[in-house]
Amino acid sequence: MSHLQNLTLKVWRQSGPTDAGQFETHQVAEISDEASFLELLDVLNEQLINENKEAVVFDHDCREGICGTCSLMINGVAHGPQRATTTCQLHMRSFKSNDTIVVEPWRAAAFPIIKDLMVDRSPFDRIIEAGGYITAVTGGAPDGNLIAVPKPVSDAAMDSAQCIGCGACVAACPNGAASLFTGAKIAHLNRLPQGQPERYQRTEAMVEKMDEYFGSCTNHGECSAACPKEISVDVIALMNKDYRASKFKSRKEISRD
Amino acid sequence: MPEPVVVTSILKSMITSPTANSEALRRSPATGTALQARKKRPFLLDLYSTAVGKKYVMAISGIAMMGFVLFHMLGNLKMYQGAEALDHYAEFLQMLLYPILPKNAMLWILRGGLVSMLLLHLHAAWSLTMLNRHARPVKYQGARDYQVAKFASRTMRWTGIIVLAYLVWHLLDFTFGTVNAVGTESTFVRGEVYNNVVRSLDRPVVAAFYVIANILLGIHLFHGAWSIFQSLGWNNPRFNNWRRGFATGFATIIVVGNVSFPIAVIAGIVK
Repeated sequence: MSHLQNLTLKVWRQSGPTDAGQFETHQVAEISDEASFLELLDVLNEQLINENKEAVVFDHDCREGICGTCSLMINGVAHGPQRATTTCQLHMRSFKSNDTIVVEPWRAAAFPIIKDLMVDRSPFDRIIEAGGYITAVTGGAPDGNLIAVPKPVSDAAMDSAQCIGCGACVAACPNGAASLFTGAKIAHLNRLPQGQPERYQRTEAMVEKMDEYFGSCTNHGECSAACPKEISVDVIALMNKDYRASKFKSRKEISRD
Repeated sequence: MPEPVVVTSILKSMITSPTANSEALRRSPATGTALQARKKRPFLLDLYSTAVGKKYVMAISGIAMMGFVLFHMLGNLKMYQGAEALDHYAEFLQMLLYPILPKNAMLWILRGGLVSMLLLHLHAAWSLTMLNRHARPVKYQGARDYQVAKFASRTMRWTGIIVLAYLVWHLLDFTFGTVNAVGTESTFVRGEVYNNVVRSLDRPVVAAFYVIANILLGIHLFHGAWSIFQSLGWNNPRFNNWRRGFATGFATIIVVGNVSFPIAVIAGIVK
């Protein structure tokens, strides 16, 4: 175990959604290379509190890479330099002594900054509410494996279901599009037999809800590169295909309601 | 205990109204507010009203124009067979489907289709660009470090606009003849396709412009021809690996073919 010395942190400070905000520069004299990036911010905050200054506000929860609460644009990369890693699982060994690290919040019209590095990601909830669910029979728990699912199908659905909704795809997208998130949520359910009854209603509703908040996909692939769960842009193609189907093939079926 | 200080200042910042210094950047809304509200429209307009629908239009109009660009390039290769072959090919285009249709009719149908495809492509591109601007009103204040976005994908708007400007010049050059022989002693003659080509491209500046514009067209196609598959949802593990190769190959064929014409004129191979 070694230590990093003399880190310069340029952290975005913004007192509220309507404030302009600016970068603030702070020094962290020493930190273990085994510390996570959020622990670096904890150390910084302790310094600030001891100096009787306001601590930097940032989102975090599980700190084990599965909840999707942490965010942060680190040196211009969502979740920092290490691929397939959330900020909480990014460790200081990815940096060097004397580094200057720029930390910014996610930026999108749909993700207004609440304070400092914390943003409101509730438009993702609106998309899920629009169709990111299945209708299931209540009552006694059904037997396991009652519905046969081919292994490759369940694997593909699981790949999409890994999405933790952190918003890195939106943050990394030059257009502020949420196609990877929406695509992943749609693909997760549309690939499984349980998701078939609502397949086209779901796709139509979720895509159109997404459209109210986010930009459009121009196929850069930045979302997939930033995704801590490495979700492939294939889910976007599936979303586009099922959206077309929802408008053409199942138009009559849907318009019957 | 320093905590109370922190909490009170958070609360204070929440109730203070926006002040003068916040004009420096466009303000974000206080909660995630919808950029636009949806309303029901007739079927095709309804599809087009969404970003996904506009991408379908981008892709389909793109395919139509790719077809045009390919056959345009193949037709122009006739100039290597001499003046007669190229001029005859131009006449053939006027006689398409003749005598089922009157002379020039099919040509105008194709032209009408192309112009509408171009207009759709432009309108979709314009409205998507505006949507995307609104989707991130406050840019990242630090430098972005793009991981995989290619030069081609990030310059689509610029290559597109320059190719559009080139297209206007190209029509003024060989269709209307307005700029065909400017700066030379000869004049544009309708129907003398081969001579018009030589007259125009013998001017080094024009030839250089044609070369540059066609390379930019190639860059546009390099991303566009791949992007089509994603936008239309043509994604299949069996052929996904071929999509990049197709786009690269298509762009290369178009660029090599088109760039060869001005070079051939300047080099004196076509004269």
